[in-house]
Amino acid sequence: MSVQGGRVGRRLVVAVPYLWLLLFFLVPFVIVLKISFSEVRLAMPPYAPLLEWTGDRLAAIRINFENYSYLFTDPLYVSAYLYSLKVAAVSTVLCLLIGYPMAYAIARAPGTWRSVLLMLVILPFWTSFLLRVYAWIGLLRNNGLINNALMALGIIDEPITMMQTDFAVYVGIVYAYLPFMILPLYANLEKHDPMLLEAAADLGARPITAFLRITLPLSVPGIVAGSLLVFIPAVGEFVIPSLLGGADQLMIGRVLWDEFFSNRDWPVASAVAIVMLLLLVVPIMLFQRFERRELEERA
Amino acid sequence: MRPEPLDPWRDPKAEPYVRIEGVTKKFGDFVAVNDVSLEIYRGEIFCLLGGSGSGKTTLLRMLAGFEQPTAGRIVIDGQDMTGIPPYDRPVNMMFQSYALFPHMTVEKNIAFGLEQERLPKGEIAARVAEILEIVKMTPYAKRKPHQLSGGQRQRVALARALVKRPKLLLLDEPLGALDKKLREHTQFELINIQERLGVTFIVVTHDQEEAMTLASRIGVMNHGTIAQVGTPTEIYEFPANRFVADFIGSVNMFEGRLVEDEPDYVRVESPELGATIYVSHGISSPPDARVWVAIRPEKIAISRERPDAQENVARGVVREVAYMGDLSIYLVQIDSGKMVRVTQPNITRHADGRITWDEAVYLSWDPTSPVVLTQ
Repeated sequence: MSVQGGRVGRRLVVAVPYLWLLLFFLVPFVIVLKISFSEVRLAMPPYAPLLEWTGDRLAAIRINFENYSYLFTDPLYVSAYLYSLKVAAVSTVLCLLIGYPMAYAIARAPGTWRSVLLMLVILPFWTSFLLRVYAWIGLLRNNGLINNALMALGIIDEPITMMQTDFAVYVGIVYAYLPFMILPLYANLEKHDPMLLEAAADLGARPITAFLRITLPLSVPGIVAGSLLVFIPAVGEFVIPSLLGGADQLMIGRVLWDEFFSNRDWPVASAVAIVMLLLLVVPIMLFQRFERRELEERA
Repeated sequence: MRPEPLDPWRDPKAEPYVRIEGVTKKFGDFVAVNDVSLEIYRGEIFCLLGGSGSGKTTLLRMLAGFEQPTAGRIVIDGQDMTGIPPYDRPVNMMFQSYALFPHMTVEKNIAFGLEQERLPKGEIAARVAEILEIVKMTPYAKRKPHQLSGGQRQRVALARALVKRPKLLLLDEPLGALDKKLREHTQFELINIQERLGVTFIVVTHDQEEAMTLASRIGVMNHGTIAQVGTPTEIYEFPANRFVADFIGSVNMFEGRLVEDEPDYVRVESPELGATIYVSHGISSPPDARVWVAIRPEKIAISRERPDAQENVARGVVREVAYMGDLSIYLVQIDSGKMVRVTQPNITRHADGRITWDEAVYLSWDPTSPVVLTQ
């Protein structure tokens, strides 16, 4: 009785998250997928149904691939995808270069300092994300804090244009996603046995060699986790490029928004979303394979 | 003991290989190592023996270069080690936790140190293969540390340190993580390898048995100082003070007063024993001094009949008997009330004639057996 009860309970526990994912991830995904294969129509909803009764027990299924082929004929979409991938990749590398030394320093800090430093990394989350991005406008614009300060110091005569540039987008994304790089890296580096570095030194390795041959390879899981946590959301980032970036280069998140709300072309917008999802599923799957291998290594 | 022409520490002409000169190490207010001076000779297996917090590991870490002495200096092979980082020292260490690199195979772990010397690839491969042969780990060359047993990891750690052909190898509790059977086996293997390669070993251990079997000499440490330095026999048979006598093996200690102090014998009156003890060797101590007489349990004879001797005899009752297989331990309460520990080898297989619980017995010992300690 109790064994059976335990089994039922275990199934219930597993079933709840599955049900949740089914309802709020798979079903919406199927709906979007369905819309992406239909035709745009001036109606409510603004697309044609895939399945239509043509009377006499006959149904016509109309699957329209044009939305997808359209994405690859209009250079706007391809360039938006490529630009998004580039921005995400560059931001990820910048986050890694800035975040690694920070995570390392926190992991090596004395115990009492560690929690304070970690707290400082997480502290920005207490403020609204939108507000923090707006604050960057105040810093970066022509008569903003940075330009005014530089002019007052006499370093520059004219304000440097930083707003509506790639630079501003990178600043925004790196700033916003840095904690997602630092935290997994810290979690990894903190577990390293300091004895290993002593052993390396004992065997004749200088500190830089010991870092490159011991610390760095052992922190690869942290680097991979942090990079994916930055890269994946950065590809679809909408708010930061919209507020800080220029109008000449659009990221895919912005294109998606425009298709849905300005063009009201739901089928194309859905196709954009599906392609983006496929672009992101590849790195996620790579990540999961990597994680699985890690777990097997440890077992 | 291994046959040696003349032990280097007895040879006045021998030059010590490692010289620890008045080394002190403080961590804040805590004095971990307090003014330690030692001389260790080429080819020795020197054991630093002590309990936890005795400063033995700190001393070892200063030899390796992970800690800098607060005062004093360390000279290895005539070279002052002050300010020299670990990676520039002619010393290698085998860590207690082994500290094998988890992401490298056995082979790579061992090659790591040679790669730092920028040796040609062929030579590295040859030396790795050679040392793998010595520690009998050749079949495991491609495994990673987590795929090895504790004993195998210990061998890899040893190989990784030895492959650099150090003049001095430091071993931090080298057998600590192994089970008893494996320990005994590995101990003898360590000695074999040490003799074969002619490396000087400094071994830190808290296990006196390990120190006794491995060491050419033992330095017993207590509260950051050296309590005694000597060969295992010296340490066991002629402890310099009560700490060493008590720390190494088990001992019966009787407090007493020196009543007769001649060059070739002493007499100690001990109320704790309820009799005088006659010791057939002289000591240098003022008469009437407070002394302690230490007698090892295996040096006390136990009998039902009163022995002929007038001195060095005590009467008591057996309170506990513990059968250990190869020997039996008796706890005898003597007339003064003190418990005395006696061990007897079990020579016969039959238990019939053996002394047992609550029997009245006499304890006696040879006048050469006790050690008189003044501190």
